[in-house]
Amino acid sequence: MKLSSKDLLGIKELSKDEITLILDTASGFKDVLKRDIKKVPALRGKTAVNLFFEPSTRTRTSFELAEKRLSLDVLNLTATTSSVVKGESLIDTVKNVQALGADFMVIRHSSSGAPHLIARHIDASVINGGDGINEHPTQALLDAFTIQEKTGRLEGLKIAIVGDILHSRVAKSNIYLLTKFGAEVRLIGPPTLVPKELEQLGVKVFHDMNSGLENVDVIMVLRIQMERQGKGFFPSTLEYAKNWGLTSERLLRAGQDAIVMHPGPMNRGVEVASDVADGPKSVILEQVTNGLAVRMAVLYLLAGVKE
Amino acid sequence: MNPVRILIKNGHIIDPSQKIDGVGDILIEEGKIKEIKIQDAGYHPPQSPLSKGGSKGGSSRIVHHASGSDTVDASGLFVFPGLIDMHAHLREPGYEYKETIKTGTLAAVKGGFATVCAMPNTNPVNDNSSVTDFIIRKAVQEGACTVYPIGAITKGQKGDELAEMGIMHSEGCVAFSDDGNPVMSSLVMRRALEYTKAFNVPVISHCEDRNLSEGGVMNEGLLALTLGLKGAPSGAEEIMVDRDIALAELTKGRLHIAHVSTEGSVRMIRDAKKRGINVTAETCPHYFSITEDAVKGYNTNAKVNPPLRTQKDIDAIKQGLKDGTIDVIATDHAPHHKDEKLREYDYAPSGISGLETALSLSLKLVHEGILTMTQLVEKMAVNPAKILRANKGSLRAGSEADVVIVDANKEFKVEAEKFISKGKNTPFEGWVLKGRPVLTICKGRIYE
Repeated sequence: MKLSSKDLLGIKELSKDEITLILDTASGFKDVLKRDIKKVPALRGKTAVNLFFEPSTRTRTSFELAEKRLSLDVLNLTATTSSVVKGESLIDTVKNVQALGADFMVIRHSSSGAPHLIARHIDASVINGGDGINEHPTQALLDAFTIQEKTGRLEGLKIAIVGDILHSRVAKSNIYLLTKFGAEVRLIGPPTLVPKELEQLGVKVFHDMNSGLENVDVIMVLRIQMERQGKGFFPSTLEYAKNWGLTSERLLRAGQDAIVMHPGPMNRGVEVASDVADGPKSVILEQVTNGLAVRMAVLYLLAGVKE
Repeated sequence: MNPVRILIKNGHIIDPSQKIDGVGDILIEEGKIKEIKIQDAGYHPPQSPLSKGGSKGGSSRIVHHASGSDTVDASGLFVFPGLIDMHAHLREPGYEYKETIKTGTLAAVKGGFATVCAMPNTNPVNDNSSVTDFIIRKAVQEGACTVYPIGAITKGQKGDELAEMGIMHSEGCVAFSDDGNPVMSSLVMRRALEYTKAFNVPVISHCEDRNLSEGGVMNEGLLALTLGLKGAPSGAEEIMVDRDIALAELTKGRLHIAHVSTEGSVRMIRDAKKRGINVTAETCPHYFSITEDAVKGYNTNAKVNPPLRTQKDIDAIKQGLKDGTIDVIATDHAPHHKDEKLREYDYAPSGISGLETALSLSLKLVHEGILTMTQLVEKMAVNPAKILRANKGSLRAGSEADVVIVDANKEFKVEAEKFISKGKNTPFEGWVLKGRPVLTICKGRIYE
């Protein structure tokens, strides 16, 4: 089986089988990463460009390392070093990068749909590394990989996503993925950040943290972006933490074997208490390791689409 | 050179201003309507122009006579007063790369319009009489049809200080609007509605509470959530419609609501009219033709402000057009350069190039039985003239010869590349529409 598109733009665009293929392929790469020599020659001679129009450390380094492990030549461009500041249009920028011979472009952009626009205009495989408040597909894939690894399945699991769903591309991608696999998804947070309309996607919305966490198997905690404070979504981080912060006490509501996830970077003491983040139920650092394997799988499979 | 005489023969003439709805001839002399002759009421044309194709294909219907007269065979076609677009952006001065008065008016006549009102968000803004004067002169020199400038309500369209509306009115501005920018201060809007009573001109309100719409780039709802685009709720429009109705009631000024896009706005305007408040309203073809679904795939050609809404809004707008709540169909023609639309959705400018599709999209309402042909002509010619107090929108003898001849059945495919407008930004690309203008006459000049 192959992926159907040259690009990975979002989970919305993927079928269940395609997701399974990526996750299965990632398992293979995870084994590679456990070896002493972690590099494979799979994509030697090809070039990946990481085009980041928005600051990112975690995702960019993860992609960069995944690319290097596959023997790709890697170029990193960030908005401040590219011509964007000179007023060049996005299309012109990516066409220039294409002209340099890029086979893959990983795009991070603050505007939703930017990778989709790019993908229509260039031949290289476009990978969405997070666009605006739309999607962050590789994060959802690595989350699914981690959940499967820990619990053995996705179907039928009760999964709570807590926090700023409205502005979270991570949450959106996770919602699309987990509902495709028949998980029971609960969204928890203040009404200003968890709009009721989302229930039309087949999820349940909770504004009360305790009832939302009841018997869940997985808790995904989202980062509360500090810039939302003062915009009226919630009065203060203190009040947010009091109502929706994940503490060890609240964690007792969840199922006995529940795992705690966070896409990072964390605000300790706000959305997640330190003892939870560092506690036995936390799989946060494993998510980071799995991210590498999943991104290798995505690059590898996209290369296969064109063959 | 303009023909001295034009005889339009055997057309189905609809002129609501004279209650004419019948087959007959129109004689034009020296740029004015000379006379209309309607055949016997009992006469039935061989083919009703609305039922089957009456088109004679591509060949010209004009016969030029050596005497300097032209005869136009309009059999099987409708003949209306030249259409009036109350709401267009001609972009000149300042944004000539998007459109000019020349290209915009040529697009207008192509679309059946003999008069276009130019919104003031040019550069510089039309907030003083020298810009007004420039637009009028330019239109006389280069324009294909009549251009009526609309002046800004406030200086620089900033919403703070009233612009010199009296002077602009005497220079030729027919209405005032800060279109694109709402007048956020209720006090300034009150003063504008009060002050313009001195000149008996309407204030056209772009209804949007900017605090509430806060950077929204499409309609708020599930689709915006799943596309990851920031939504502007219907309420952002409706709060301002409500406010402006309250101010119209308070001031007894003349309020015209621009580009109505929501069910709630229609309801509020209907209620206000019932209560006798001096309010009129317009909508645009895109608000009764397509929903927010057109945005899918981050289609920047479907980005418009107010945003495309939902089916229930379309239904309400159609009902509002039918029952007279909405007086006018305007284009909100907003041409943009291709490069500007070829951008991230968030950064692409709002607007649809509408002059060349408006009549065809509106004829759809007639084909669907929502409007009669007479109502359509009222909304696209008669009512705009009334609201603007312009001596237009009528085929009465002695009036300027603004006429449009329409083939109501001719099917054609929308191809933006063929637009005369510089703005190729349409969400209707590839649509097959039924009915289009065949020929437009502006002050006796024929555009085919």
